[in-house]
Amino acid sequence: MKPALTSIARATVFGVLLTPFLAAPARAQLTIQITSGVTHPVPIAVVPFAEPASAGTDVSDVIQHDLTGSGRFSALARAQMPGTPTHAAQVQFPAWKGTGSDYVVVGRVKALGNGELAVDFNLLNILTGQSVARKRFTGPPSALRNAAHRASDVIYQAITGIRGAFDTRIAYVAVIGKGAAQRFQLVVADADGYNQHLILESRFPIMSPAWSPDGKWLAYVSFESHLSAVYVQRVRTGRRYRVSARAGENGAPVFSPGGRRLALTLSGVSGYPQIYVLDLHSQHLTRITHTPAINTEPDWAPDGQSIYFTSDRAGQPQIYRVGVEAGSSTQRITFTDDYNAGPHVSPDGKWLAMVTRADGGYRIAIQNLSTGQFKVLTSGPLDSTPSFAPNSAAIIYSRRSVQGDPGTLATISIDGLTGLTLKPSQGAVQDPVWGPFPPK
Amino acid sequence: MRRFLAVISLAAVLGLAACASKPVKPAASQSAVGAGAESSGAAGGANANEGSLGSQQSVAGPEQGLLADRTIHFSFDSAQIQGRGVDIVAAHAKYLAGHPAARVRLEGNTDDRGSPEYNIGLGMRRAESVRQAMLLQGVSANQITVVSYGMERPVDPANTPTAWAKNRRVDIVYLTPMQPAQ
Repeated sequence: MKPALTSIARATVFGVLLTPFLAAPARAQLTIQITSGVTHPVPIAVVPFAEPASAGTDVSDVIQHDLTGSGRFSALARAQMPGTPTHAAQVQFPAWKGTGSDYVVVGRVKALGNGELAVDFNLLNILTGQSVARKRFTGPPSALRNAAHRASDVIYQAITGIRGAFDTRIAYVAVIGKGAAQRFQLVVADADGYNQHLILESRFPIMSPAWSPDGKWLAYVSFESHLSAVYVQRVRTGRRYRVSARAGENGAPVFSPGGRRLALTLSGVSGYPQIYVLDLHSQHLTRITHTPAINTEPDWAPDGQSIYFTSDRAGQPQIYRVGVEAGSSTQRITFTDDYNAGPHVSPDGKWLAMVTRADGGYRIAIQNLSTGQFKVLTSGPLDSTPSFAPNSAAIIYSRRSVQGDPGTLATISIDGLTGLTLKPSQGAVQDPVWGPFPPK
Repeated sequence: MRRFLAVISLAAVLGLAACASKPVKPAASQSAVGAGAESSGAAGGANANEGSLGSQQSVAGPEQGLLADRTIHFSFDSAQIQGRGVDIVAAHAKYLAGHPAARVRLEGNTDDRGSPEYNIGLGMRRAESVRQAMLLQGVSANQITVVSYGMERPVDPANTPTAWAKNRRVDIVYLTPMQPAQ
């Protein structure tokens, strides 16, 4: 089990008081709504776990939300369950067959002598009566939700064959208040919106968070002192470094797959935004694009050999790919619609997600990088900043309505069939980026 | 093990980066720059407040005639200065050329549709258009800094064509008090 992330001591770095990973009570809470469902979800029953009253987290409820939120599962209502077994031996399979469920999950949370909790669960195939997966997680009570997400990951993978991404984190920007009272907050939370931690607060815009491949660092753009600068910040300690504060634009940072380099956008030399690669070790800066046009929003191909980016060199923003080696050629990637921007490559390298303008709205689309097949996934009207889950099965993005509602975060499965929204209790949330898998 | 090595190399990297980068300034000493700018970061996290947002609160600079107008508007997805914008830029360029000690920050902005970082680029192109026009009209390069806020700082947050038109703009922000003509 991962250590609790809330016990990090305060650290003062360069005179900035950094108290990361304290849960601040003023944070806007995110509430989850499932917006649609798939046609043939797998029916599953997640039986309430036996838990000590002090546990504080309904583990089976968290698992059920994870599974149904993925769109691949439908859950049996608790009132329809023929019993509440907590061990495999207590499951009366004939009765469970009558519920129409294919699988049943049973489990329990026990207090260990050392103050930690143990979560045991068993995933059973109702038709065969066999155990499909069982596992025990132990850890402090503060990590009980994480244990539930890890159980969801095991169940999801056992049934779908795809690695689950429930025990992952997202980073996003919250915008709270108006006018002089407006605050921008860089926040890290669990993928379901819980467990929020304030990373940075500013009265100036914060944009474009990006995770390092190991999940330990965030790069972002902050407009402190009126001008843009790119920072790299250690998530747990808050220690940060300003890695680019050149004249003009410093924007769109994204870590290379190896974590050693940062692709970013600078406008200083030519007055046109251009893609550069900054070696974080040597500080060496390599210019990648040279066209007198907007060139921005770099994202690395998973092999680190090429970069996808947005350019309006043909008059309208479209997505291109260029090799990072000197003298590499550039190919245009998108040809559908007259506005395609904000490219994000799926971790498996199969898909490119982007914002496309279709039917007058801005929507999330994906393009198959081998076949060129182009698919609009969302209905707009103001969707942006797509970011893939580490298992490439879903995308998180920013969404606003024309009626002027504050921004929300939303997810969509890459088949376009299932989504969730994460609505803040106050203010707006935007610019979400999905973090990597946790270390195994 | 591979992951572990990658972590070490990044840590080493950033150790060097720390030497090469300017230290981040302390937030506390900066919060006095703008009225009511004290940080609200007591809850935790790094605090990045420094002064006020110029275009909202700046009152420095000349006010006569066209000089009172500090905003140049643009068409959708365009960085071309048109119509009244040409006259506003010319008026400020003439003033700046005659007042070499005056300094401006050109803040490019877009409407709030589309991709945020692309809009940063578009706002930068708008600010650059104004900068280039001013340089051609005799303003010194060292009098001008440019920044793009893209879609992050709309003057009208509504999602209507009227609001979008208002938000596609470059704001001219004077950074120094008015200087006597030379």
